[in-house]
Amino acid sequence: MLQKTYDNIDNIGRAILSVKARDVHNKELAEIIYPNGKKTFAQVIALNGEDVTLQLFGGGFGVSTDCKVRFLGKPLQVGFSEDMLGRVYSGNGQPIDGGPELLSDMVRAAGPSINPVKRLIPKEMIRTGVPMIDVFNTLVRSQKIPIFAKAGEPYNRLLANIATQTDADVIIIGGVGLKYDEFHYFRQQIEEAGSKSKTIMFVHTHRDSIVEGLMVPDLALAVAEQFALQGKNVFVLLSDMTQWSDYLRQVANAQDQIPANQGYPGDLYSQLASRYEKAADIDGAGSLTILGVTTMDDVTHPVPDNTGYITEGQFYMKDGYLELFGSLSRLKQQVNDKTRADHRSIMNAMARLLSEAEERVKAQKFGSVKDDYSLRLLDYRETFKRELMDPFRYLKLEDALDLCWDILSQHFKKEEVGLSSELIENYWPEKGKFKILREVNHE
Amino acid sequence: MQKAKGKVVSVNESLVGVVCTEGAIMNGEVAYIQIEDGKRLKSEVIDVKPNNMAYLQVFEDTSWMKVGDLVEFTGLPLAVKLGPGILGSVTDGLQNPLYELAKIEWFLERGLEVDPLDENQKWYFIPKVTKGDMVTGGSILGSVPEKIFEHKIFVPFSLYGNYTIDQVVKEGDYTIDDIIAVISDSQGNTTELKMAFEWPVKTAMPFYKRSVPERSMPTGIRILDALFPIAYGGTACNPGPFGAGKTVLQHSLARHSQADVVIIAACGERAGEAVEVFKDFPELIDPRTGKSLMDRTYIVGNTSSMPVAAREASVYLATTVGEYYRKQGLNVLILADSTSRWAQALRETSGRKEEIPGPEAFPMYISTLISAFYDRAGVEILSDGIVGSLSIIGTVSPAGGNFDEPVTQATLLSTGAFWGLSRALSDARKYPAIDRVDSNSKYPSLLHQDEVTFLLQLLRDGKTIASNILLMGEKGITDEAYIRYQKAELLDAVFLQQNSFHEVDGVTDPNRLRTMFNMVKDIIDAPVSITGKAEIRSHFNFIRQAFLDWNYLKADTEAFDKQKAKLITLVNKKSYATENV
Repeated sequence: MLQKTYDNIDNIGRAILSVKARDVHNKELAEIIYPNGKKTFAQVIALNGEDVTLQLFGGGFGVSTDCKVRFLGKPLQVGFSEDMLGRVYSGNGQPIDGGPELLSDMVRAAGPSINPVKRLIPKEMIRTGVPMIDVFNTLVRSQKIPIFAKAGEPYNRLLANIATQTDADVIIIGGVGLKYDEFHYFRQQIEEAGSKSKTIMFVHTHRDSIVEGLMVPDLALAVAEQFALQGKNVFVLLSDMTQWSDYLRQVANAQDQIPANQGYPGDLYSQLASRYEKAADIDGAGSLTILGVTTMDDVTHPVPDNTGYITEGQFYMKDGYLELFGSLSRLKQQVNDKTRADHRSIMNAMARLLSEAEERVKAQKFGSVKDDYSLRLLDYRETFKRELMDPFRYLKLEDALDLCWDILSQHFKKEEVGLSSELIENYWPEKGKFKILREVNHE
Repeated sequence: MQKAKGKVVSVNESLVGVVCTEGAIMNGEVAYIQIEDGKRLKSEVIDVKPNNMAYLQVFEDTSWMKVGDLVEFTGLPLAVKLGPGILGSVTDGLQNPLYELAKIEWFLERGLEVDPLDENQKWYFIPKVTKGDMVTGGSILGSVPEKIFEHKIFVPFSLYGNYTIDQVVKEGDYTIDDIIAVISDSQGNTTELKMAFEWPVKTAMPFYKRSVPERSMPTGIRILDALFPIAYGGTACNPGPFGAGKTVLQHSLARHSQADVVIIAACGERAGEAVEVFKDFPELIDPRTGKSLMDRTYIVGNTSSMPVAAREASVYLATTVGEYYRKQGLNVLILADSTSRWAQALRETSGRKEEIPGPEAFPMYISTLISAFYDRAGVEILSDGIVGSLSIIGTVSPAGGNFDEPVTQATLLSTGAFWGLSRALSDARKYPAIDRVDSNSKYPSLLHQDEVTFLLQLLRDGKTIASNILLMGEKGITDEAYIRYQKAELLDAVFLQQNSFHEVDGVTDPNRLRTMFNMVKDIIDAPVSITGKAEIRSHFNFIRQAFLDWNYLKADTEAFDKQKAKLITLVNKKSYATENV
């Protein structure tokens, strides 16, 4: 196709440019050619008569009215080949690890979603060795689930741990708005775990333009989807989707869109959903699991709020612990009846008692907690936190379940835990004979 | 009307500006945009502007569209095809059957359209009219067996006035494309009739005769059936923050509600949830019909990553199909999940049209649209005296879990029951996490009104005493108050809470609800003569344990009766003890 070049740029913003041009396609890719010959990419995002609005991958700074715009006659694509494994790419799809550029097939980014009838019901547990996940909020193959945490929590460590401790065939890391040391950390973790040869990174750091940051999930997911279609079980890590949403807000604002909540565009939900929904267990092929990070202070903020409605639960991390309340795996019911007979029941009993204990914590502040049962609940809460909530303690699921029984029997009588008589008979430890729990010295 | 033509002049995501080059355009008509790769994208006129301009909302991805692309208007509003073959199927928001689409492409590529109803399937038609009979729109021509019932074949509802039957086919196998009757009006103009016809989705079907919802519809969910019921033909608003159990509740309703037909409108929600339904339901047997649960189910799936503009269509599509089955004399239940996503789709389009925004940037007219939607539910007395009903349960996903937002508020004004989901309850694993005190319903319960009041009073007392315990500790309240508190906790634990994943506890039929309620009432009424908080708590712990064990046993079994006796013994052990001493 003939590539047309235009030089009548009207308007240059922080991330947006408009130019007069004809016969341009919506979402077409373009090149901005600087007077000195340098080139950056841009993509058409709106058409109005001859006015064409483009989103600038390199940002608007330094673009001048004597730059030229060349429309490339193709949509946004990303390379796909097995040789990409082990490599690092930027948000515009170019390698940034010093290695050679690859000649590979191009696949479309941000393509349509898979027909729901081609999806399988997720039925396969992913063992992570993290008790708060395996016991209480089991991760399931093809799940989409983010970690909700304040900035500064060790969420990237947990993300890298989960990806490398499980049996993923391919790991794809999409870093959006990463600090350089976080990027470095991911690389190091992957290498130390010996997973480099099955990992591809798409990385956007703070020195890159926000539009490149916006592209990262689409590139990562498009490549991941291709591996999944080849029958691989793929893990995609996206960190941090709050920054991504912030970039979306900036671009929407630059386009004069009417903001909905806290300045975010009205389509924030749909934008997040079209990325997270790429997670799927595909009938006749492989699977795509998404683990994300959503940094937040308050769960009612538009980004975690919209995310929560889209993803299949969330892991809530606070003060370095994985919390029980606020965490949820929507798919756990698909698998936790096939692990061990007591799994579901003990999970619920532990949670109910912890919730009772939480009520006492409030009451304790009024100084009104003096009775023996309440005091035992509060002790139980301490043990629970110490023994189970550390996201970096590795325990096999079965050991973690035994540990739960140990903890219950340490603090409660059989009739206090609300479990069926049959389960109690089978699993209640004999007095003082714990399987996993070690006595803690209370000095 | 002459079909109009036009050209694209602007493209902004799903909103496309078009200038009409010939013919007249109608607000609400369907148009197709022809793009360079040959695909035709379905769209709908949503605004007509000066200088022959119109705005279209496109139901597909608008990538690769160009200024100057040709637009063909159809002159017809967005419509649904009604006829035998809908039950058991899964379609997108524009009635394309998803299983058929999957045979063409694994991904939902744009520009694909498939006939909504299988045109090859033969249906055994039994005529009920003969030559010379007078008919009008909505008259019954005959019937075909469809899965669980006799599907009536109507004269299309859009035909007004009187017609005479000129011809009608003999009893036998026909497809929906075969002509089964020919009718003529008084001027002698003839019309050929098939078993299926179209109806515009945004037009509510007129009621033959409308009645009010006053018969409760058992859902198998105790807290609803006892305290916050829904009626046949009623409406309910089910808002809740994410993670409070909306999805599980919806699935439970879809499985266990005593409706004849269940329509699930998965609007802008996770694809996985719809998948669970249409992959699980065919395997499940509906105890009421003895047939597959899927046989009474129709799923409209416009999930969150499908084109946003089609969300609105998916809600109206479900409603129109619901109205059609109500005309069949059936009790239909629509589960619309989630109406907030529909509202958000309207917000996106409204924003692109640069309309002046209302609260939280939703369009000003959102409340009117929501009310009009719920008004399509109701009880209908049909021409043959048979009663059909359409109930709508709409979930709402309020931003930040805050019920003060516009969609929740508009829904509350239009519905008869309010089931507010609470994060505090779901954190405490008290499922279903429907707020026990703030929810309400104006429909009749399966229990008597005074029994409902009795339960609600205990729950309110329990809540008050709980807050006193929080402030003053267990020692700060009397044993008597503590017993009342324990009774309220017991009521919650053994009656209101329900394990929807358990085969037996997951569904409670009206008989068992009555048995359980009587037991609960006996326990609450029984005086407890124990002193000391620890002893009182222990007593109720034993009762709770025994009651929960009972809940998991199948009714009318020996074990069930034995456990019941054990429970009664436990309760009686500690009452009247004082008199004995």
